[in-house]
Amino acid sequence: MDKFETLTGIAAPMPLVNIDTDMIIPKQFLKTIKRSGLGANLFDEMRFDRQGNEVPDFVLNQDAYRNAEILVAGDNFGCGSSREHAPWAIKDFGIRCVISTSFADIFYNNCFKNGILPIALPKEAVDVLMKDAEKGSNARMTIDLETQTVTSSDGEVFAFEVDSFKKHCLIEGLDDIGLTMAKADSIKSFEEQAAQARPWV
Amino acid sequence: MSPKTLYDKIWDAHVAHEAEDGTCLLYIDRHLVHEVTSPQAFEGLRMAGRAVHAPDKTIAVPDHNVPTTAGREDPANMTEDSAIQVAALDKNAKDFGIHYYPVSDVRQGIVHIVGPEQGWTLPGMTVVCGDSHTATHGAFGALAHGIGTSEVEHVLATQTLIQKKSKNMKVEITGKLRPGVTAKDITLSVIGKTGTAGGTGYVIEYCGEAIRDLSMEGRMTVCNMAIEGGARAGLIAPDEKTFAYVQGRPHAPKGAQFEAAMAWWKTLYSDDDAHWDEVITIKGEDIAPVVTWGTSPEDVLPITATVPSADDFEGGKVGAAQRSLDYMGLTPGTPLSEIEIDTVFIGSCTNGRIEDLRAAAEILKGKKVKVKRAMVVPGSGLVRAQAEEEGLADIFKEAGFEWRLAGCSMCLAMNPDQLSEGERCASTSNRNFEGRQGYKGRTHLVSPGMAAAAAITGKLTDVRELM
Ligand code: SF4
Repeated sequence: MDKFETLTGIAAPMPLVNIDTDMIIPKQFLKTIKRSGLGANLFDEMRFDRQGNEVPDFVLNQDAYRNAEILVAGDNFGCGSSREHAPWAIKDFGIRCVISTSFADIFYNNCFKNGILPIALPKEAVDVLMKDAEKGSNARMTIDLETQTVTSSDGEVFAFEVDSFKKHCLIEGLDDIGLTMAKADSIKSFEEQAAQARPWV
Repeated sequence: MSPKTLYDKIWDAHVAHEAEDGTCLLYIDRHLVHEVTSPQAFEGLRMAGRAVHAPDKTIAVPDHNVPTTAGREDPANMTEDSAIQVAALDKNAKDFGIHYYPVSDVRQGIVHIVGPEQGWTLPGMTVVCGDSHTATHGAFGALAHGIGTSEVEHVLATQTLIQKKSKNMKVEITGKLRPGVTAKDITLSVIGKTGTAGGTGYVIEYCGEAIRDLSMEGRMTVCNMAIEGGARAGLIAPDEKTFAYVQGRPHAPKGAQFEAAMAWWKTLYSDDDAHWDEVITIKGEDIAPVVTWGTSPEDVLPITATVPSADDFEGGKVGAAQRSLDYMGLTPGTPLSEIEIDTVFIGSCTNGRIEDLRAAAEILKGKKVKVKRAMVVPGSGLVRAQAEEEGLADIFKEAGFEWRLAGCSMCLAMNPDQLSEGERCASTSNRNFEGRQGYKGRTHLVSPGMAAAAAITGKLTDVRELM
């Protein structure tokens, strides 16, 4: 998995609440058996019209934001389906960090498995960063995972919380499965004990 | 011993490893797999040369994009990309030696209907699936939640999930429901109250007399939509109804093992003085038959209400409500019962079980549909067979409904069953998101009885008027 340490980049503002995974990547793009290539259809139904032309108003179609690496969004980002195609599409587009007041649980977990950092901040902080993002491509935010801070383009610093294990895996780019397999003995002894206690499972 | 919630008890029984920071390896008893969220996980296993750790605990069924019309066993009758996903699941099930119900098997159906029906889902288990509506299985007092594809691969490889414990929320529905009010109305009303993020960080236990009174089917409907409230899982403590439902199912324990299992299952309830991080209480008698008017499941109102205006909301919801109203093509102040419907969809893992079909058929008996299109998609081949045996299929067909084969169908419209632009649907599914049932399609979530009522009158309708 790609490491995430620090990131300085353009942030795109999406001040919409409840952005769900159907919006992030509509179901017609879930029929792939690969993880790659989904960025072209990120936010497809908001980004393109039925003929495949760009919708000019949509933020990622504006020149200032085409190379955005950060997304600042309204409450409850990523709600809905468990599709990991959502973070795959976000990552494939080039976005490495999403900032909101809150995230849906499964989406939040899925981000960490794909080298994306979701940052939950209080409303006042997100409001400030949303305004900052609205300034366009000259306003670059900086995310530092080690120190757990977001710095706005005017130097205002916001500290965020992140689970220590998730942080460790993201900074080191660690593969969860390998880490868990190193605990094979614990799993085996659990299985032996469970087979005694609940043989019907 | 300190008092525990049901969630605490199931959690404690499944921790295979706990790190100092509280990160746990939670052992998974049942892993359900479908064609859309698993191909990349199996590909990952192959690339790393890994096997499935516990193939006997892993069950696969294609459901999301299979057609629901005759002849679907022939890949030529599927779109090419759907056929590729189904073929990949066929191959992965065979290569990795996991249990499998192909489309040609009468037991095939929506994964969350097949699991309980076949007795794979049992009280006190941990159940996961690469699908958010895994919450459904919580109706059995099983800790069940949706996971992403990387986690699917993790569970396939290790039979565990890396987890931190959630908080405990109790949602109590007291007293009796009024006539015409169903499990769907309960679960939508709860989301209407908590919002779609209200459950974030929690596992919800539903309890109270109105929940106890529900059948297993109704309890599955309630837990199914726990995810729409943002919760990691929904739970209902098992009781005699649960045990009776489970007993005799193909993969449920038998004889002495069943007795032993029962002895443990009976300990699965929240202790009286257990700690709750949040408690929500709703009076059963206050719940009305509801519909959604917007594009979020929290946009819930009683059918007797009128379309709200964006000014009725605050903060970020003002813009969202205006966007919803525009998308849904609704004018504030219009009575909900005057909204005309084009299409009715009865099915999905929320309301595709036999009881749901019975409730709809009860309203439809001897009537004709007034909408352009009406469709019933049973949740599994076995539900379909039973409905045919009970004569429900005839009622639907005579009323003018299409009688389909099992699958997810228009719940998410990955197969050919889709709404067209602007088409308005009364649907028994669980998500009214923009584009969910088809590009620019408009969805109103309702109970099966309300869906049937809308089919007959051609408008959103208070089912109580037809009872
Ligand atoms: S019926 Fe709908 S919600 Fe249920 S599993 Fe299928 S697509 Fe998901």
